[in-house]
Amino acid sequence: MTRPNPITPTLFFGFVAAVIFGAALPYFVTDFTTFQFTQAMIYGIALLGLNILTGYNGQFSIGHSAFYAVGAYTCAILLYHFEWSPYAAIPASALVTFVVGFLFGLPALRLEGLYLALATFALAVATPQLLKFDLFEHWTGGVQGLFILKPDALFSGWSTDQSLYYVTLGIMLALMIFAWTMLHSRSGRAIMAIRDNPIAASTMGVNLPLYKTVTFGISAMFTGIAGALFAIVTEFVSPDAFTFFVAVNLLIGSVVGGIVSIPGVIFGGLFLVFVPNYAQDIKLAYPWMPPPWAIFGTFLILIIYFAPFGVWGFLERASAWARRKLRS
Amino acid sequence: MDLFLQLTFAGLAIGSIYSCVALAVVMIYQATDHFNFAQGEMAMFSTFIAWTMLGLGLPIWVAFFLAVAISFVAGVLIERIVVRPVENAPVLNQIIVFIGLLVIFNSVAGWIWEYTIKPFPSLFPKSFGFETTLISAHNIGVIGLTLIVLAMVFAFFRFTRVGLAMRAAAANPDSARLVGISVGWMLALGWGLAAAIGAVGGVLVAPIVYLEPNMMSGVLLYGFAGALLGGVSSPGGAVLGGLVVGVLENWVGQYVPGGAELKLTFALVLIVGVLMFKPAGLFGRIVVKRV
Amino acid sequence: MRFRILLAATAATLLAAGAASAEDTPGVTATSIKIGNTSPYSGPASAYGVIGKTHSAYWAKVNREGGVNGRMIDFISLDDGYSPPKTVEQARKLVEQENVAFLFQTLGTPTNSAIHRYMNAKKVPQMFVATGASKWGHPKEYPWTMGFQPTYDVEGEIYAKYALDNVENPKIAILFQNDDYGKDYRDGFLRGLGDKKDLVVSMLPYETSDPTVDSQIVAMKDSGANIFFNVTIPKFAAQAIRKACEIGWKPLHLLNNVSSSVSSTLKPAGFECSKGLITAQWQKDPTDPQWADSEGYKEWAAFMAAELPDADKGDVNYAFGYNASTLLHHVLKNCEDMTRAGLMACAANVKDLQLPMVLPGIKINTSPTDFYPVQAEQLSKFDGEKWVLFGEIIDASSN
Repeated sequence: MTRPNPITPTLFFGFVAAVIFGAALPYFVTDFTTFQFTQAMIYGIALLGLNILTGYNGQFSIGHSAFYAVGAYTCAILLYHFEWSPYAAIPASALVTFVVGFLFGLPALRLEGLYLALATFALAVATPQLLKFDLFEHWTGGVQGLFILKPDALFSGWSTDQSLYYVTLGIMLALMIFAWTMLHSRSGRAIMAIRDNPIAASTMGVNLPLYKTVTFGISAMFTGIAGALFAIVTEFVSPDAFTFFVAVNLLIGSVVGGIVSIPGVIFGGLFLVFVPNYAQDIKLAYPWMPPPWAIFGTFLILIIYFAPFGVWGFLERASAWARRKLRS
Repeated sequence: MDLFLQLTFAGLAIGSIYSCVALAVVMIYQATDHFNFAQGEMAMFSTFIAWTMLGLGLPIWVAFFLAVAISFVAGVLIERIVVRPVENAPVLNQIIVFIGLLVIFNSVAGWIWEYTIKPFPSLFPKSFGFETTLISAHNIGVIGLTLIVLAMVFAFFRFTRVGLAMRAAAANPDSARLVGISVGWMLALGWGLAAAIGAVGGVLVAPIVYLEPNMMSGVLLYGFAGALLGGVSSPGGAVLGGLVVGVLENWVGQYVPGGAELKLTFALVLIVGVLMFKPAGLFGRIVVKRV
Repeated sequence: MRFRILLAATAATLLAAGAASAEDTPGVTATSIKIGNTSPYSGPASAYGVIGKTHSAYWAKVNREGGVNGRMIDFISLDDGYSPPKTVEQARKLVEQENVAFLFQTLGTPTNSAIHRYMNAKKVPQMFVATGASKWGHPKEYPWTMGFQPTYDVEGEIYAKYALDNVENPKIAILFQNDDYGKDYRDGFLRGLGDKKDLVVSMLPYETSDPTVDSQIVAMKDSGANIFFNVTIPKFAAQAIRKACEIGWKPLHLLNNVSSSVSSTLKPAGFECSKGLITAQWQKDPTDPQWADSEGYKEWAAFMAAELPDADKGDVNYAFGYNASTLLHHVLKNCEDMTRAGLMACAANVKDLQLPMVLPGIKINTSPTDFYPVQAEQLSKFDGEKWVLFGEIIDASSN
């Protein structure tokens, strides 16, 4: 389980099928459902960032809501105060979050495990406080937040929701390919070697500080891009949208999807968007049930029991098992 | 000067609560090698149990000891039933299970007891025989009881065979098994003890912050910070860490410009800063890693 | 095939938007009305979840009694956990998937802010929102959004005027929650001070994640303030009242209406310590014995006993929900034009309505230019057992 998913024929055709399915989906569902899937993919992009950092590089973070917020606010401020095009604001947000992530990676070098968790936690807690801090209120809108407008649809045949869906899908696929290529390169092996055995990696000549900080930067950048898309899709940013709870959610999504995987992030995103809603529907249908979050918590624990390597790990093992069965 | 004293004592008062939670955190860390994020919610639940028994007319100390005993049993059962299946799973999976427990306890408590705040009586008398506005009788009691629990924890780990076995089971499960220690039951026992200490913490916290399902969320965060600051391998350090966090937070809020709005942020940045130079916490032991 | 049906459906909706009649209004049929709501049943503001529960119970009762003008009320209330992005999702679900006629009493300032523009762009009423921010009554810019309770900033002004008139050599301390709600109160209060803003000697925020506000109280006492404006939610209000009492700080204590509940704030804080508190009220406090014989209270108490027998009747939020639901009931009953625009017009045409759990003399009035239904409050002092109203009913109109 140390290598990122190698390409097998099954995986390749599965990928193609998934892309076709993803591209066709908005034509078969309502705008609202399209919007929900867009949200799921946005989470997926954010989770990809977390997977690279935690799953592949072994650096623990419960503070990724901060990078999500930085991306969202950078995008919102560029749109609101400077009237940038959203399509220009997204790369700008990516750049800003990369720099922020890289800089945060520097002090994080001295911390490990629980202590790194505490440092990232501090970041997550500080973020909403800083966003509403009086000194920055002119830019951030303070407690009120900022309103922005969705861009018009790219093609006249699409609704704005469909258009944003395809933009998000395109960005997600591009980032997944980027992540896959990176992790399969020489640098990718170094990133994983640091996770598996930092001391050995360092003796082998891997530049630990450089790799760890750059990985932090890239991870933050992914999550920041997701944040920028989030701001555009919900048309609104406010400090309450980036609490510590969001960071916990991201961690849940990563582990549920499979933290050492790239395609797993889609399942993580779907889980975060749809399962809380299902839990609510169950409660509405059966009023004697415990409250929705108790149902959600139970789902969560059961998933960990039955799919300890996440949904993607489960699929991989199931297909390996099926192949063995077929052969014998 | 009066303000400085007032703030310091108010900080010590709230810090004593962080200490109590930090102690429970360290307890479970010593016994299982992990942080339990559901600790706070379990303590909250225990406190509600005590509250329910008070409603039935039991005297406060009886309700207190019963709640602690019930929490101990519940802690053992949770370990045996819920945590057992992920005993050997990666750390992150365990954390997710703890988060699952956290949301379950939180929402079920809201379901049963609702979210309006409830006053909870203090275990201690209104006055210990002297008058001061610097610190309330309850806060003195909290500090006293926390120190007693600390002494008991210390003695338990240091002087009893079970305590030693528990430390062995957490530090090196394989070797512990070889010398005949039932590692599984030691873990369960650790959970039970941590839940019991958590219940003590909850009953001490509730009179100050009021009882409601979200009462521990803020406290737990500070408790974690205190435990890490003091050193997760040191119960005494955790208690001191909690007190330091409480006082620090108050000083920052008053004396740092902009601190009132950002006091939690400043406090955490300071703690992280300290940890960068003392990576094992103020009183923790540094563990040397093997390649 | 599916695609074509969808196209047809889209065309149908477009047509519906053109020719508006009750039959074509989403969520309205000859026998039913679908109403949506979002409430915080989980998360930091869960204490306000009881308002949504009251609404659900109210409409269930109305349905059992035959509905409104022969229409059953399909009331759908979803949890948004007090998180703005979740509110956006739930509001879209209610409007686009459940096809509700309108949203009613969506709760919270940040949450309603997040859907403010969406609702107005969609032209779906966002009726009687459960928040006291001042931005909900701007029919020119936002004709589809209407407030309900008196606004926080105007209430803040009332306290400021009272403080200036009643305390010699005033020195003011303000404790406020660091969010929209807290800052609205604070800014209203400061506006009420006019050119005397320098009387404020201490102004400290707190976060809902803070365990206590003890240190703020300690610092405020030290500032020498003799007026304390307490802008906190019940949990922290109770802490503040108790701590001030413990350290022997006895200012003129102005408590925001949000936390004026006897059972959820003053009782936990201790009646002895709560003596002398001043607040501005517009609802009947359910624990106040002086209302026990009033018609409105009896009606509410009967409802509570029948529909929510296990609920804590001292919690003023149940009265709040009951008031709002009664107002909507009144609007629906007297409305002919059941299109969305028609419903909005009916909501903007309430005259001198006395709600059961609102103070006698405070009437609901709305008009096409007045989207603030409740606009009066009366000051009240806690005598150690109950609130005692004093002075005139104060007009709290905001513009």
